[in-house]
Amino acid sequence: MKNSAIAQTFDVAKELGEDAGKVLAVKGVTLSLYPGEFTLLMGPSGSGKTTLVSMLGCILSPTSGSIVIAGQETTGMKPDKLARLRREQIGFIFQSYNLFPTLTALENVALALDIRGVPWSEAKRRAAAALQSVSLEHRYNSYPKRMSGGEQQRVAVARAIVGRPALVLADEPTAALDSENGHAVMELLAEITHKEQRAVLAVTHDPRTLRYADRILKIEDGRIVDDDRSSNSSATKTRQHGTKKQKRLSA
Amino acid sequence: MIITLAMRNLFYDKTSLAVTIVGILFSVVLVAVQLGIYAGTSRIITSVIDHADGDIWISAYGTKSIEESGVLTGHERYAALSTPGVARVYPIIAAFSNWRKPDGAGQLCVIIGTNVSEEALLPWNIVEGDLNSLNVPDAVTADRTYFDYLGISSLGATAEINKQRVRITAVTHGVRSFTTTPYIFTTLKQARKLLGMSPDEASFYLIKVAPGADVGTVQSELRRKLPGLDILTTGELKERSIDFWLFGTGAGAALIGGALLGTLVGTVIVAQTLYASTKDHINEFATLRALGSSSVYIHKVIMTQAGLSAVLGYSLGMIISIGIVWLSKDSELSIVMTPDLALGLFALTLFMCSISAASAIIKITRIDPAMVFSR
Repeated sequence: MKNSAIAQTFDVAKELGEDAGKVLAVKGVTLSLYPGEFTLLMGPSGSGKTTLVSMLGCILSPTSGSIVIAGQETTGMKPDKLARLRREQIGFIFQSYNLFPTLTALENVALALDIRGVPWSEAKRRAAAALQSVSLEHRYNSYPKRMSGGEQQRVAVARAIVGRPALVLADEPTAALDSENGHAVMELLAEITHKEQRAVLAVTHDPRTLRYADRILKIEDGRIVDDDRSSNSSATKTRQHGTKKQKRLSA
Repeated sequence: MIITLAMRNLFYDKTSLAVTIVGILFSVVLVAVQLGIYAGTSRIITSVIDHADGDIWISAYGTKSIEESGVLTGHERYAALSTPGVARVYPIIAAFSNWRKPDGAGQLCVIIGTNVSEEALLPWNIVEGDLNSLNVPDAVTADRTYFDYLGISSLGATAEINKQRVRITAVTHGVRSFTTTPYIFTTLKQARKLLGMSPDEASFYLIKVAPGADVGTVQSELRRKLPGLDILTTGELKERSIDFWLFGTGAGAALIGGALLGTLVGTVIVAQTLYASTKDHINEFATLRALGSSSVYIHKVIMTQAGLSAVLGYSLGMIISIGIVWLSKDSELSIVMTPDLALGLFALTLFMCSISAASAIIKITRIDPAMVFSR
C-alpha cells in the first residue's frame, strides 16, 4: 500500500477466561489496516473475530504482542489514555446499533462529539451534517424506537464518522438488517472508506457483503488463514453501486 | 448534553423515578420534622431567656435551666452593681409551683416574677388584658395554649397557687414551655409571696452590661467577686438549658437519632434506585466507554442524575414539610422551619444523593466496555 498503516498488530495473542476455562482466542496475529481500504474480517463463530476487533479498538489489551494505532503503541497504556485514543482515532459501529433510546438521532450523533469536548452548538451542526451524509436529514428529531433497523444503523454510522476517526471498526453491521438495508449500509461504509480515506474493518459472515470489500481477511481458530486483497475491488465496485445507493437510502 | 442525558435517563423509567422521588421526599420530610421539632423545642426551651434583655445571668451554683435554679439571698445584687462595666441588675424569679384548678385538681406550673416597670423580662404575645394589669394584687398571666391544663377558660378566671388565690388579668398566646408546664408571669412582689420568698431573694440576677463594656471581662470580674455561683452569659445559659432538657432527658438524642435514621433510610432508597437505574442503562454506559468517553464524563452523568433527583425530592419534601409546620403552629408541638434549616436540609439531600451515586459509580467503574460487542 502507498499510505502508511493506521492500525497494526504484531504477533498479537489474547487469552480469555480464567484457570481451567482459559482459552487462547487470538493466536499471534500480525496485520496492518490502511486508509482508503475497506477490509472484511470473516470467520466462523468463536474464531476470534470480535476479540481481534476489540483489541484493535483498544477495548481489550492483548496478552502478548503489540498494537499500534495512529502511530501510538498501545501496550501498557493507561485506561484513560486508551479511552482518549478511542475517541480521537476510532469510530465504532455495533451489531445492535447501541443507540441511546432516550436521545434523538441528532443527539445520539452529537453525543460522540460531546464526549470529545466539542461545544454543543458545534456538535449539533456537525451531527446534522453527518446525518445528512447518511441521508437521514429527515430523522434528526426521531428517537431510535421510531426508526427502522436500517435507519438506526445509519445513525450509528453517522455517530462513528462524525468525529472524523482514522479507523472505523464495525461489528457485524448488517447482521440485524434485511438484505436491502444491509446493502445500503455496506455501500455507505465503502463510500466512507474511499471518499474520506479511512481504514474500515468490518466483521461479518454475510457472503452478500463480499463484493464491497477491498480486502478480505479470514480468521480461523484465532489465526489469520487468508488475506485476499483483490486488485480490481474498491473503486470499481464503489462506482457500480454508487447510483443504486441513493435510491436505497431514499427508500 | 450531560444534563440532557441525565434527565432523559431519569425520566425514561417513570416508575423508578417515582420510587426515587418518594424515597428522597420521605427522607426530607422525616429529617425536616425531626430537626424542626429539635429547633422548635430548643426555641421553646430558651424562649424566656431570648425575651430577656440582658447579657449575664447570676444564679445559684449548678443551675440547670431557667426553671431549675436555686435561691440567691440578695447580696449578689450589690456585688454586681459595684462591678465595673455593669449598667443594670434586674432580679428575676423563676421556679416550679403548684397550680390548683377551680375544680380542685393540681397542675405543676412555672412562676416567672419580674419587675414589670423595667423591660428586663416581660411576658410577650399578650392577646387579652394588658401588662399594667399585673400590678393589681393576685394578678397573673396564663397562656391560651394551656387553658385546658390550668382548668380555666377566659380572662378573669381564678385559681390557686400554693393555696393563694390568683386571677388571670392578661392572656398570652404561644408562650409555651418544653415540659408543657405552663409559664405564669407575675410581678416580683407577687412571685415572692406565692413562693414564700423573702423580699431580697431572687432566682437570678440579670446583668445589663454598660455600652462599650466587654461582656467577657465583666463576667470574669463577677466570677472573681462571687465565687460559688454560676455566672453565665446569655448564650451559655441557653446552651445549658438545651443540654439539660434535650440531652439530660434523652429527648434531643431521640430527635437527632430520628433525623439520622431518616437520612439513612433516604440514602439507602436513593442508592438502591440510582443503582437500579444505572443497571438499566448499563449498555448505554458501556457504549459511552467504548466510544472513548472519559470516566469523569460518565460520573458527571450519574452525579447529575443524583442531583436532579435531589432537587425534585427536596422540593416536594419541603412543600410537605412546610405544610406540617403550618399545621403544627397552634399545637403544643412546636416545629419550626428556618432559612438555615431549609438550606441545611438541601445540603443534606445533595450529600445523601451524592453518597447514593457512589454505588452506581462503582458499578460503572467495573463495566467491561467489550460487552458492547457481545450484545
